[in-house]
Amino acid sequence: MKKIEAVIKPFKLDDVKEALTAAGIVGMTVSEVRGFGRQKGHTEMYRGGEYSVDFLPKLKVEVVVPDDLGEQVLALIAAAAKTGAIGDGKVFVTPLLEAVRIRTGERGERAL
Amino acid sequence: MTRQGRSVLLALAVGGLLAAGGAALAQDKPVDPLETLEAKAADAKVAIDTVWVLAAAFLVFFMNLGFAAVESGFCRAKNTVTILAKNFVVFAVSSIAFLAVGFGIMFGDGTPFFGTHGLWFVGGADGSPATGDAYQGVYAALNWTGVPLWAKFFFQLVFAGTAGTIVSGAVAERVKFGAFYLFSFCMVGLIYPVVGHWIWGGGWLAQLGFWDFAGSTVVHSVGGWAALIGALMLGPRIGKYGKDGRVHPIPGHSIALGTLGVFVLWFGWFGFNPGSTMAADPGAIARIAVTTNTAAAGGAVAASVVAWLLLGKPDLTMILNGALAGLVAITAPCAFVSVPSSLVIGLAAGVLVVLSVLFFDRVRVDDPVGAVSVHLVCGGFGTLALGLFAQDQFSPGTTGNGLLFGGGAKLLLAQLTGVVAVGLFVAVAATLVWGLLGAVMGIRVSAEEEREGLDLGEHGISAYPEFHAAPAWGPGVPAAASATSGARVGAPAVERGR
Repeated sequence: MKKIEAVIKPFKLDDVKEALTAAGIVGMTVSEVRGFGRQKGHTEMYRGGEYSVDFLPKLKVEVVVPDDLGEQVLALIAAAAKTGAIGDGKVFVTPLLEAVRIRTGERGERAL
Repeated sequence: MTRQGRSVLLALAVGGLLAAGGAALAQDKPVDPLETLEAKAADAKVAIDTVWVLAAAFLVFFMNLGFAAVESGFCRAKNTVTILAKNFVVFAVSSIAFLAVGFGIMFGDGTPFFGTHGLWFVGGADGSPATGDAYQGVYAALNWTGVPLWAKFFFQLVFAGTAGTIVSGAVAERVKFGAFYLFSFCMVGLIYPVVGHWIWGGGWLAQLGFWDFAGSTVVHSVGGWAALIGALMLGPRIGKYGKDGRVHPIPGHSIALGTLGVFVLWFGWFGFNPGSTMAADPGAIARIAVTTNTAAAGGAVAASVVAWLLLGKPDLTMILNGALAGLVAITAPCAFVSVPSSLVIGLAAGVLVVLSVLFFDRVRVDDPVGAVSVHLVCGGFGTLALGLFAQDQFSPGTTGNGLLFGGGAKLLLAQLTGVVAVGLFVAVAATLVWGLLGAVMGIRVSAEEEREGLDLGEHGISAYPEFHAAPAWGPGVPAAASATSGARVGAPAVERGR
């Protein structure tokens, strides 16, 4: 199994979700996160003073898929989340040791 | 016309007819129907005036919500409970302090500096609603309005409460709740009523020819001075100023709440200014409603343009301050100036408030909501503007003409005297009270409590227990390095450090 974590622009969530569900992926986890990459945040103004916002709001989408689907899902997310502008985010893939469906006790790929 | 007004008129007409019929039947006891009609009309006027004064007072009461929303919105989420608590109790404290002794000091007969008669619990002799020479009682300074004493008291109480609540914003996010609590008692029970006696209680400034229709000085400057002294004695919030002297903005947690608050305040001002006629005088209240609104509009427009030009963006918090600046500035002259003059006054106040906010930031007076700029600076400006723009035609026999309308500098000098004298008195009095509180109990929370938030430290609860995200920004993260890169908010994502 592979765990795919994608840090994306918040408004790209729908595009990513649709691309994945269209490809038959059922289930994903989304969390609100903040962070920065090479862009290193930006500055905002408040009552005449400038301040830096180093951690920009992003969404992290986590999907676990069988090994043979990993490359396909990675490509789907990368395509769906792309605007071509700075700050589109990143996708990370890691091997996953185990999964359990809590209700039934099923394990491994059967739990996905 | 209101339902009350209509039924009063109906009663008046029926009463008149009955009286006329009675006179025709009882020939030996002639009753002049005209006289009866006049008496009924006088009763009707008292009823309509009272309803108007109370309705206006209820609007001013509503301004407490406005202040609570603006101040909590402009501060951080971790201090929301304590700001709401301050704004809530301050009206309760004001109600008791002003009832117990404030009203007596302010409106009781006595010396030119404070009242001495009928001091306690509005307990003096009173002949309301009789007016003028017909009034017999110890609150003669209010004998010009023909409403019952408790209508006079309630209307004046909501003004006193406003003066108290102004202080809250400037001392926010670091003042001890208990210290603010006690300060409010002194403010509304003592400091505010003394100044009020000078101006509205027939005291020395009133005799000097100083005019303040609805309280640019009496309410707003007094609140503003107490706020300034409080902010100075507390010192800035941790993180507001860097070691290098740079100003680090501390953004408010809800501009939505702040905007809602200013709408409420603008709405409440339609009670504040037109209600200060304390009589349902149709021409006056209609015109004052328009001068009030026009000045608010001018303030908002001017502040947006100035912020746009000076800061690069039309900062909404500045626009909100601008509307309030116009409202505060027109409060003194609203009954004495023309509608076009009110526009000029509002525009000027809108420019002034933006410059003032930037100025106080620079001289390290940390005022999270701009209370000093709005209430002190624009209160003083509005009071002086009365000396420039007043026209005798609007309230004949009161202010006379101001400097710009051929009346000479006499009025302006009287206004200036009042602004300076009130400033000196409140600055000294507030320094004494804040200083005494500081010596006895301390006025500032510990640095540790300030970092954690006063909600937990002072009240043991948080405003938004379901949310605990840390802010994405932080004081101590200077924007200097980034300022050179050209990455600005609102600009399309520009990569920096490439």
